[in-house]
Amino acid sequence: MLDVFKNVFTPSNVEFLAKGMALTIAISVSVVIISIIFGTILALLRTYEKRFLGKLAGFYIEMFRNTPLLLWILVCCFMIPYGTIVIRGGLALTLYTSAVIAEIVRGGLNSIAEGQFEAATSQGFTLIQTLIYIVLPQCFKSIVPSLLSQVITTVKDTSFLQVVAIPEYTRSGFVVMGRYTTTPEVFMIFAVLAVGYFVICFSLSCVVRSYQKRTQIAR
Amino acid sequence: MFGEGFLRTIEVAALALILALVLGIIFGVISTSNNKVMRGIARIYVEFFQNTPLVIQVFFLYNGLAIAGLRLSVFVIGVLGIGVYHGAYVSEVVKTGITSIPEGQVEAAKSQGFTYIQYMRYIILPQTIKIILPPLTNQAVNLIKNTSVLAMISGFDLMYMADSWASSSLDYGPSYVFAGLLYFMLCFPLATWARKYEERLKRNDTTRTLYDPCEEAVTC
Repeated sequence: MLDVFKNVFTPSNVEFLAKGMALTIAISVSVVIISIIFGTILALLRTYEKRFLGKLAGFYIEMFRNTPLLLWILVCCFMIPYGTIVIRGGLALTLYTSAVIAEIVRGGLNSIAEGQFEAATSQGFTLIQTLIYIVLPQCFKSIVPSLLSQVITTVKDTSFLQVVAIPEYTRSGFVVMGRYTTTPEVFMIFAVLAVGYFVICFSLSCVVRSYQKRTQIAR
Repeated sequence: MFGEGFLRTIEVAALALILALVLGIIFGVISTSNNKVMRGIARIYVEFFQNTPLVIQVFFLYNGLAIAGLRLSVFVIGVLGIGVYHGAYVSEVVKTGITSIPEGQVEAAKSQGFTYIQYMRYIILPQTIKIILPPLTNQAVNLIKNTSVLAMISGFDLMYMADSWASSSLDYGPSYVFAGLLYFMLCFPLATWARKYEERLKRNDTTRTLYDPCEEAVTC
């Protein structure tokens, strides 16, 4: 057992896996930030703009929500001639995640009463001011748990990027695994991979739960 | 070729969905029981499968078990891997559904002489099913989309067929568009039905404070 441990956790392996983890985190963070911005715009359009742009946002959301992420990764990585593979893979993940986040934000927007718009207008707020100061803060407060769950999903979804050989955590794990042939060593690397994701995702899901508990008590 | 892959995707999705529902209901009910050990088991199952990527789980079944000497067919891996993964999500949905029914109803039923089976059958479950149907349908949509991981282990599903056709004929565009359309055809009706049903439920339901879909994690 100790031998297996020593064989697998060589300094070069650890460094390689750490680099993979760093890339996974970097991709996740940037994808989540861009997706929240883009997804919010899509949700606002779909909820409050019933003409062309709203329809377009609806079409975008339905298209990405009803097709697999893997399809978009392959499309972006094989059919876009620009950028590095990491950027193209990240783009696919962003396009896909934005659609999901847009639906979450829309759920939050639907819970806001129409009267708030009238009240804000009567106080001289413009539409943009109403959205920024009144509607969106309430909306985001109510959807924090769903958004965080989506962040967990996004972290896990970055593992799909291994299919186009982006050296994120899963890929680096598989590369390391290629050098080992015995069962305990391979299982050990699978365990390292699972634990790596588990630590990130589980701590996030603990945050979700404690937040839910707090808001439930507040009510 | 696409037809074959499409059929394979539907088969895997249907069987995995059945497995996910069975596991989900079992673990969902267990996680609302009074027994601490049972609750712990359900909790470990849910946390483990929800917090590690499906890709790693599927590769473990494919590569890891093969090295250990157990070689499963890709079809079995698909059903097992995806079914068990989504079972964890279904279990959370079932649990939320059951806990959203107020305790008072059970007490009322018991006071009227209902047995456990009777009040589950006539009072708790009918309400639960109505509440959890939309999130369950969303899970089914996610499950269908996730069958595409099989493409990574050459599972001969729709995504694999589309990808191999694309790389052999170099018609990437048409091949991906066609595969996308087929997935869309499967998922869109389900997703739309779930949304409509949920909206109707919200309009008609006087007990909406019990369950706020906004707070529910609908993704996976």
